[in-house]
Amino acid sequence: MKARVHVMLKNGVLDPQGEAVRHALGALGFEGVNGVRQGKVIELDLAEGTSEADVTAMCEKLLANTVIESYSVEMG
Amino acid sequence: MRAAVVVFPGSNCDRDLAVAFEAAGAEVEMVWHKDVALPEGVDVVGIPGGFSYGDYLRCGAIAAQSPIVKSVKAHAERGGYVLGICNGFQVLTETGLLPGALLRNAGLKYICKTVKLRVETSNSAFTAGYNAGDVISIPIAHHDGNYFADNDIVAQLQDEDRVAFTYTENPNGARADIAGILSPNRRVLGMMPHPERAADAGHGGTDGVALFRALTGALTAA
Repeated sequence: MKARVHVMLKNGVLDPQGEAVRHALGALGFEGVNGVRQGKVIELDLAEGTSEADVTAMCEKLLANTVIESYSVEMG
Repeated sequence: MRAAVVVFPGSNCDRDLAVAFEAAGAEVEMVWHKDVALPEGVDVVGIPGGFSYGDYLRCGAIAAQSPIVKSVKAHAERGGYVLGICNGFQVLTETGLLPGALLRNAGLKYICKTVKLRVETSNSAFTAGYNAGDVISIPIAHHDGNYFADNDIVAQLQDEDRVAFTYTENPNGARADIAGILSPNRRVLGMMPHPERAADAGHGGTDGVALFRALTGALTAA
């Protein structure tokens, strides 16, 4: 079974990389891009029976730094 | 006074840190990241700069889970001294020994230059060799040195006199110009600038010497 974890910088934490991407899109002529936030996706290949609570614990302990990042878990 | 310097795969300031400790009179032992225990009788643990584990996941995140860092945490929780510089500061925030986190520099660029720091407190074994308000020149070399913590934490650090150093001209977007902070018991210091790179006339500056001398002096007297 698989799980997919999305990690994003929390709202209110400046994302200078997203800001740089937004500027670059503007320079390419894409208008109306009001904001870009860049995060990461972590795919986990898990033993059958691993629970969402297990994956949440992985996020809390390692995959996300909850001081600056939020995360969401997608099972299956 | 006995110091241990932790070496991770990707550390690159470990030997410089050991030389700075030795020059100040400390006896230094290097410890490998897979070691499970610190050498007997260690007074201070140095966590050096570099790119531990290739900065994978987040700077310092994997190092914070390494066997030796569990012992470093226990050492700090027993009241032992820890000095984390640059990547070492990132490791200390990832372990939770120090609050906050280090984000990508606001200007996105890796910055390597000598900057001016204001010493905010002389009330610690690390900063006792300076006077509060002193301005010193210390090199920085980092891509992720933008100190972040929420307003409550920043206010708490300031109220408790736990901001050790600030930048006189903020190079990286750090909250409240913070360059280095202390733990509640003032025995754990994390800082982005590199005092070990300003510890010998050959480095072009010696403003970092007072930190190592004060620490060695305090721990030898104790």
